[in-house]
Amino acid sequence: MKQCDVIVIGGGHAGCEAAAASARMGSATVLVTLRRDAIGVMSCNPAIGGLGKGHLVREIDSMDGVMGRVADKAGIQFRLLNRRKGPAVQGPRAQADRAIYRTEMQRELAGQANLTIVEGEVTDLLADGGCVTGVVLSDGTTLRARAVILTAGTFLNGIIHIGDQRRPGGRVGDAPSVRLAQRLAEMDLARGRLKTGTPPRLDGRTIDWSQLEMQPGDDEPTLFSFMHDRPFARQIACGITHTNEKTHDIVRANLSRSAMYGGHIEGVGPRYCPSIEDKVVRFAEKVSHQIFLEPEGLADDTVYPNGISTSLPADVQESYVRSIAGLENVTILQPGYAIEYDYFDPRGLRPTLETRDLAGLYFAGQINGTTGYEEAAAQGLVAGLNAARRALGEDSVTFSRTGSYIGVMIDDLVTRGVTEPYRMFTSRAEFRLSLRADNADQRLTPVGVSLGCVSQGRAARFATKVEALSRGREMLQAMTFTPPQVQGLGIVTRQDGVRRSATALLGLPDITLARLRSVLPEIPAFPPEIDAQLERDALYVQYLGRQDSDMEALRRDEGRAIPETLDYLALPGLSRELAIKLSRQRPTNLAQAAAIEGMTPAALVLLLARIRKLQADRRAV
Amino acid sequence: MDTIFAPATARGKAGVAVIRISGPLAHAAGAALAGKLPLPRSSGLRKLSHDGRVLDEALVLVFDAGQSFTGEDVVELHTHGSVAVVAVVLRALSAQTGLRLAEPGEFTRRALENGRLDLAQVEGLADLIEAETEAQRRQAFRVLSGAIGQRATAWRERMIRAAALVEASIDFGDEDVPVDVWPDVMGLMQDLLADLRSEVQGFAAKERLRDGFEVAIVGAPNAGKSTLLNALAGRDAALTSHIAGTTRDVIEVKMDLRGLPVTLLDTAGLRQASDMVESMGIERALQRAGDADLRVFLLDDRGMPPGLSALPDDIILRGKSDLGDGDISGVTGQGIEPLLERISEMLGQRVASSAVITHERHRLAIQRAIGALESAQTAVEQGGEFVAEDLRHAARAMESLVGKVDVESLLGEIFARFCIGK
Repeated sequence: MKQCDVIVIGGGHAGCEAAAASARMGSATVLVTLRRDAIGVMSCNPAIGGLGKGHLVREIDSMDGVMGRVADKAGIQFRLLNRRKGPAVQGPRAQADRAIYRTEMQRELAGQANLTIVEGEVTDLLADGGCVTGVVLSDGTTLRARAVILTAGTFLNGIIHIGDQRRPGGRVGDAPSVRLAQRLAEMDLARGRLKTGTPPRLDGRTIDWSQLEMQPGDDEPTLFSFMHDRPFARQIACGITHTNEKTHDIVRANLSRSAMYGGHIEGVGPRYCPSIEDKVVRFAEKVSHQIFLEPEGLADDTVYPNGISTSLPADVQESYVRSIAGLENVTILQPGYAIEYDYFDPRGLRPTLETRDLAGLYFAGQINGTTGYEEAAAQGLVAGLNAARRALGEDSVTFSRTGSYIGVMIDDLVTRGVTEPYRMFTSRAEFRLSLRADNADQRLTPVGVSLGCVSQGRAARFATKVEALSRGREMLQAMTFTPPQVQGLGIVTRQDGVRRSATALLGLPDITLARLRSVLPEIPAFPPEIDAQLERDALYVQYLGRQDSDMEALRRDEGRAIPETLDYLALPGLSRELAIKLSRQRPTNLAQAAAIEGMTPAALVLLLARIRKLQADRRAV
Repeated sequence: MDTIFAPATARGKAGVAVIRISGPLAHAAGAALAGKLPLPRSSGLRKLSHDGRVLDEALVLVFDAGQSFTGEDVVELHTHGSVAVVAVVLRALSAQTGLRLAEPGEFTRRALENGRLDLAQVEGLADLIEAETEAQRRQAFRVLSGAIGQRATAWRERMIRAAALVEASIDFGDEDVPVDVWPDVMGLMQDLLADLRSEVQGFAAKERLRDGFEVAIVGAPNAGKSTLLNALAGRDAALTSHIAGTTRDVIEVKMDLRGLPVTLLDTAGLRQASDMVESMGIERALQRAGDADLRVFLLDDRGMPPGLSALPDDIILRGKSDLGDGDISGVTGQGIEPLLERISEMLGQRVASSAVITHERHRLAIQRAIGALESAQTAVEQGGEFVAEDLRHAARAMESLVGKVDVESLLGEIFARFCIGK
């Protein structure tokens, strides 16, 4: 019998991030995975980042997580989405070489101090007095720990559908975790069923690239990690093609053979990632849909056709794919499939991702009803940090909606639950203008430093950057322009003798530091990345002021913890309807309580009063 | 911390109305209306004026932070109890920057946060706040189901459409969505602004502030509504006859019901109208009844009248008990006393919320939305994220009228309209 601090079950994106975070915190961590060589596998599309998702990766990186660094190493095409729009809505994205990603992730974990990797299947959880105490492996080995993080992905009761064929599986080629699923089923956790789809994988050597439009990466790549400046791997382009009427006819004629349309699937799929069957049925008026042909690696001929996921039988897949320009003679290496899997209602979790029912047990990733590598990794980070803090006997760490996309996602999950696989969008973040990918380090690295999960190298690099930024800000605030000088910038202004600060001018459209310097050469030259950051920060200054009081109010309410033992039904003055809602949803803080439908100001005041009283009583003890 | 204000006394026939201002700007706000303020913890008689116009003469009380109900700087204006006076004072306060109307329960919450109340005291106040909140919820519900409801629903739709287009261009710019959403967005915002502006002008034009509660008597023609009104009012205010459709316009009778100012409305009978004048009368009846604080449905064998449904507190009675089975009769006076009792009881629960404050709240909500939309129009050149931000503000401002517009409504609209998923 072995004893450690934290056990992480699963070596996917949530598991890797959880294990690395826990180990960085200094807790003795064991990662248990079915296959050591499958650690860091990208099961779905070979890309990381995007809008909202890229924000998450930057935030993970700011806490010294692994995803951003590994994605940079594996990146074979970098594109900053919404490049022509404002920085608040730009998201870094990269095509990743699957093999490099996997190798680099395994290298990261192998080099991580305090982390041991064990190959095996977890079949049972050990608990004592409402607290998790360890896990049992299929070979009978017992591992003991103070906290356990479960990141089972789609492996719980996973069923793969290709047309009318179905077989159990967590991913093509891998068995599902049936025994663990049975064990969890015995616990009192609310469950649901979701589905997701994949497209057929194509042999790139059989694609006629010559007739396709090609999309190259950005000339100046934007990387994920704040520690990296330029790509590591050779850069490539992706191809673009389109479905046509013939493709749609084939799909339409075979709808009844689709697992989804043939009634074989009960799980709910995402609305933002419809299968080709869905697209043809729901958007019947569209005669063509775009497909991105994404190479899976530099030394790999497999191509991922993004946009045509399906659960049609293999022969139908072949005929509709071959109706598409450039793919007339294509060979399918592996047919597309739909996968159905169990998830646990995330409303059963605390904002630390600890389950409410079993202390010390944490859930992270797809098991909580999310989709996407980035969403999974971000949860892994949160669970890893908190499991380690628990094992080390320290207070939990929670993320606020006002400070990060991570905070937005966790709050959405634990308070609202999911009705379809949850994906991050920038529109979910009400404070989008301040939660930007470019300032993730400014928002989170200080938190990471104080928690102790950030390396010295990063902390030093960050300190240098912050110093340069604050020096720059001070200088810009002190540099002022006379009205004629402002006029000289092509800005219409009143000749009232009032001087404007460089900061104020920088917030105006089309005003850059370079232009300001052309009028006021005394503005010192900063390094280019500091220039860019000062400009980005200045752009939103006016709007940020407006958000400040909202953010302050929300943060205050988030900071007011509601004791879990609070008996709402015994609270005088609270309507029965609300008391029942509160007992069911068990908000962990006042902000969550306020978000409950039908909540009244009166009830909030009552709750606040009760919290105050309980705190006073506790202090008195 | 914002500075907030609201009437602290119930509406009614009281001779004095207290308007409380609390927060860092409270003293400045008080001084802006009253001139030099009396010393803290003392009072003085002052003329309140705004824009060079005297609003009222009021007793002004000043409290310093730490020595007030909320624990913040507080000014109390004790004005005359007239609804009109309270309305103009609230309006004058709304016009000051940094001040806003208090949310229900907000004074209490601040008092609690600043350690000025203990739990027992809060629980004592809970019923009062609950009543106020409940009245607001009702008011919101009435807005949505009443005359303004259809307009609010249309505003809401346009707001969601515009926001969804903007968000789609931001979150799915890489996908198959229309590249240039701005002509559509601008069109939607333009229409919305035009509607909201005319609504605000309507507010000003209709400045007839309701002095008291309105109770509408509704029912099918010849159900005995006018007879009941006359019995309640104790005089022949409405013309009665046995000919169905006698009441064409809305007849108002003001009365004092156990200290509450109540206006009884006698409305045209609800049925398929036989002529244009009657149909106009019915339309007006529906509108006024929808806006009233309480409806008394007077039924006969025909059941509920068409075009109007009862809200939870509404009173439903069978009339003409003098001619057979029934609860009430305007002819014999049977059931009149219990009805008056019930009306005063219902309205008594609602005193904390006055029509004045909801009226002012709506006006401010629409005004704020207009400001946000105007800002959105000019933000188009700066970028979609600015427009989205302003639209979010507009939607939040209008929450009390159109209900909550959250990200799920936007995503629903986006996924229904565009094929997202490359």
